Amino acid sequence: MGNDVRLLAAAFDPAALLGAFTAELPHAGGVVSFLGQVRAGEGVEALELRHYEPLTLPAMCDLAKRVRGRWDLDGLLIVHRSGTMMPGEPIVLVAAAARHRRDAFAAADYAMDHLKSESWFWKRERRDGQWHWIEPREQDFEDIARWG
Amino acid sequence: MRAKLVFLGRLEDVAGRAGEDIAASAPLDWYDVIGWLGGHFPPELADAVVSEKVRVAINGALVADKYELVLADGDELAFLPPVSGG
Repeated sequence: MGNDVRLLAAAFDPAALLGAFTAELPHAGGVVSFLGQVRAGEGVEALELRHYEPLTLPAMCDLAKRVRGRWDLDGLLIVHRSGTMMPGEPIVLVAAAARHRRDAFAAADYAMDHLKSESWFWKRERRDGQWHWIEPREQDFEDIARWG
Repeated sequence: MRAKLVFLGRLEDVAGRAGEDIAASAPLDWYDVIGWLGGHFPPELADAVVSEKVRVAINGALVADKYELVLADGDELAFLPPVSGG
């Protein structure tokens, strides 16, 4: 199946999306998924992700094509939220389906590293009623450097 | 010519708004745009967008070297600070 890449402005149900994804891929021997959610604690009341319409989704689709070119997959799902989210709410869901599990693990890992450090999203957190923009972390750049 | 400027991420806070229309008698180069920003916004905005960490896109296409850009009628110029997604 082709890539399923979505940029959503409202909350989504990761279990339902994953169920629909795997139902179409009975021949895949393994499906690896990653769910990122808003971390509770550290005084974070809400998280907002901003995107830029002309760039964000097209770049996510390009990333999906790169992942497919690099690993032999039966299917790839990339779902990313934009807008305001509360602690515990899903932000991102990546699922890679493959005949063999190692391809699926690596593809999901690669997709997440590149979503974190290269996708066109800007993040801010609300703490004590004040919004604070979040700068990219050094770890994100180190994560992406692993892939050469 | 008329064009649109878009400020993403923290640049929106620095500018005080998400976008601005720009009008001029002829297409603008990068230095014209920076000069125009300096005349219409707090000086921190022009200082921020000249940083090498700030990329720019015209009509959704990334510009490889912003010092070479030409902003023409109907264009949308977006200022893109470092991303922090996921």
